[in-house]
Amino acid sequence: MGSIKGIRDKVAIIGMGCTKFGEHWDKSKNDLIYEATRDALIDAKMETKDIEAAWGGTWVSGFDGRCLADPLKLQYIPVTRVENACASGSDAFRNACYAVAAGAYDICLAVGFEKLKDSGWSGLPDQQSLPNNRYPDRTAPGMFALMATTYFSKYKLSPEEGKRMIGLVSVKSHHNGTLNPRAHLRREVTIEQVMNAPIVAWPLGLFDCCGVSDGAAAAIVCRADVAKKYRPDPVYVKALQISVCPSEGEMRSDYDFTTVKATVRAGEAAYAEAGIKNPREEISMAELHDCFSITEAVTCEDLKFSPKGKVKKDIESGFYDLTGGLPVQPDGGLKSFGHPIGASGVRMLFEMYLQLQGKADKRQLKNPKLGLTHNLGGIPVSNTVSVLIIGL
Amino acid sequence: MAGIASYGAYIPLFRLNRADINSAWGGMFPVPGEKAVAGYDEDSITMAVAAARDCLKGFDRSKVDRLYFASTTSPYKEKLAASIVAGALGLRNDIYTMDFSGSLRAGTSALRAAMDAVDSKAAKCVLVACGETRLGAPKGDKEITLGDGAAAFLVSDAGVAAHFEGSYSVFQEMHENWRSDKDVFVRSWEERFIREVGYTRVIPQSIGVALKQCNITAKDIAKAAIYAPDPRLLATVAGKIGFEPFSQLVDPMFMTVGNTGAALSLMMLVAALEDANPGDRLMCVSYGDGCDVLIMKATEGITKIKDRRAIKRHLESKKMIPNYLKYVLWRGLMETEPPPRPPINHISVPALWRDREWGLSLTGQRCKKCKTPQYPPQRVCVICQAQDDFEPYHFTDVKATLNAFSHDNLAATIDPPTTIAAVDFVEGGRIIFNMTDRDPEEVKTGMPLEMVFRQVHYWEGIHNYWWKCAPIRC
Repeated sequence: MGSIKGIRDKVAIIGMGCTKFGEHWDKSKNDLIYEATRDALIDAKMETKDIEAAWGGTWVSGFDGRCLADPLKLQYIPVTRVENACASGSDAFRNACYAVAAGAYDICLAVGFEKLKDSGWSGLPDQQSLPNNRYPDRTAPGMFALMATTYFSKYKLSPEEGKRMIGLVSVKSHHNGTLNPRAHLRREVTIEQVMNAPIVAWPLGLFDCCGVSDGAAAAIVCRADVAKKYRPDPVYVKALQISVCPSEGEMRSDYDFTTVKATVRAGEAAYAEAGIKNPREEISMAELHDCFSITEAVTCEDLKFSPKGKVKKDIESGFYDLTGGLPVQPDGGLKSFGHPIGASGVRMLFEMYLQLQGKADKRQLKNPKLGLTHNLGGIPVSNTVSVLIIGL
Repeated sequence: MAGIASYGAYIPLFRLNRADINSAWGGMFPVPGEKAVAGYDEDSITMAVAAARDCLKGFDRSKVDRLYFASTTSPYKEKLAASIVAGALGLRNDIYTMDFSGSLRAGTSALRAAMDAVDSKAAKCVLVACGETRLGAPKGDKEITLGDGAAAFLVSDAGVAAHFEGSYSVFQEMHENWRSDKDVFVRSWEERFIREVGYTRVIPQSIGVALKQCNITAKDIAKAAIYAPDPRLLATVAGKIGFEPFSQLVDPMFMTVGNTGAALSLMMLVAALEDANPGDRLMCVSYGDGCDVLIMKATEGITKIKDRRAIKRHLESKKMIPNYLKYVLWRGLMETEPPPRPPINHISVPALWRDREWGLSLTGQRCKKCKTPQYPPQRVCVICQAQDDFEPYHFTDVKATLNAFSHDNLAATIDPPTTIAAVDFVEGGRIIFNMTDRDPEEVKTGMPLEMVFRQVHYWEGIHNYWWKCAPIRC
């Protein structure tokens, strides 16, 4: 890996907004974009005219820069649409931060959004395809199930043990979601309910899969050296890293599904940028891309929160619970908060931002210093991953 | 002199108990036995490819200079099917390709045309592949009797296993079985008329002439592979000719496969060749709008053809379709609630064309630097990033095992669940396929797999073919 330069402590978040995630039958994507941005501007005590440039992150709900300019009536400023699969929102944020760090602008806006529930389909409106249509039929749960079965067999977990391990991941996230008024699926679930739910792709049952939702989240960033002018408690960007897999797992027989190399790479780069030596100790909390329960478990290992093959122990001991050593998905995660693709990366930052400012209400953690977000777009064999770290 | 240099056959894995059809319709046709049913992702093209692969085992494909595809059930009314078969088999593209269709004699017509081409020295090595998936209307007798299957022959002037001694053809213009351009199901005239004026009259007459032309009698025939819509009619015909039913007639597989139309007498010929000894004289007779008779004699070469699945092994290896409804769904005979998933993306014809040499024959490439096989073809090596430094590599017949799998209940399929399989090849390389012809319960990591050519999508009249993996059949 080359030396990490990065933009640590050069950019600060001074305002954020996030809609409730869910099935917004009564709201268009423009409503969601407007509401998230309006709340971010209120939070930053700013007006739309203060924004100098903007980036909108969406997977399938918008195209060019007009996706933000139109609903917000941005007045002829530069606006760009960013698409990087499920990491689209994180990448929009990264672009806004880089523009500020480069000195091109003082104040930039990043909005992640997605309107999935207009499609009428179960699951995602699948985009993966080749123009010759010669590829296996497969869905996201079908592909992440490969991760689960392989993990179980590699680490010698019986189907029962494995299913219980990933089930506990969902039980925890559902609990956290009940404490969050913005979450999509707000109900407690028991481990028995999770384990006995209908199977989508074995071992992944209904409660091992995240919610499919509509939603939007927005962030306003500015130069770190002037951030305190806008608010007393700005949150600083410590690391912004993205790693994209060249679809190796599709073709390389040495890939075994129990890791996502892009997560490992983005994580290592982010830790280097932020100067983190021991992530398990130094990271206060994290929002991980739990599109499926197994993804969260494997990500905890890939990000070096738990040793390889040992995440089960940490899951069972409650290490990742709200009351544990490294709370993961304090806001409920994709599982409970919901997953409007392009919005999720910014939504994760929103929770870290609230926690760092002590505004997370019933979910508030004690004195968090560093929050990490992990956004994974794609499937185990082919993906794009962001790891972002923000802190005080 | 032209002869058969190799043979192969294909019978789909799945069989439907005729009693299941009969009970679904209230017991109108209490016919015994079972019929072979093409999988939901199979058709006449894919089955012809399977039979041709069986036939080509041990042969140099680059020597094939003609491909004749025969079927009354080509997936296309307008568009060459032989080119799809040739592409899937990875044959040279400067060969003569042709579809034989329309008649239940299409299979023997192709075989005879191959014989004539070789005898006239217009061709040296002709591959004949015949596949059939004829559909009888629900609740009718043909739904009970028709079955699916395929056969293939390599016709050549050298190293033959049986050389042709004679042939005789006669046409008879008469509507016995037909399917117009507006029909989905096979129609036929009243059975008694066909039996008396057609089948039991024309076949004995034709065989008589053919025997006479070769200066032989019925006793000189070791095995006769005679098309038979049902065993009773065959017995009548055999009696008229003087064949000893038990020793001289090839089983028409009525109880096990059903009437496979243009492929039937060819499949029966394969069965005869499997058991033939050098010197045996064999006869192949097809019937439909007339009659084709082919007479051949096995040579010493017959003992050299080994390792074929042909008829015997394909017959033995089977899975029962659990019920009639599943058959109805597989054949698309009932409109059902569409899955809550997006419809498949449109297929780009230029993209298919670019993929013509790669996707259709599952040809990838091997990096010349790091030697790793990879599919689909790349410009930059997935392992060592070498650029444009590859040689073609064929994956279809390489040993492969299952690295990981899942059964996906969300993906839209006619045969749920969708089995996703990460397949590793023994010399390196991985391809993610769907697995077909599998019982979800029997799928295990590490199991050996084979590649099978199947229809993967259908969109706006385009049948799109690619490969799947399957448990090793037999």
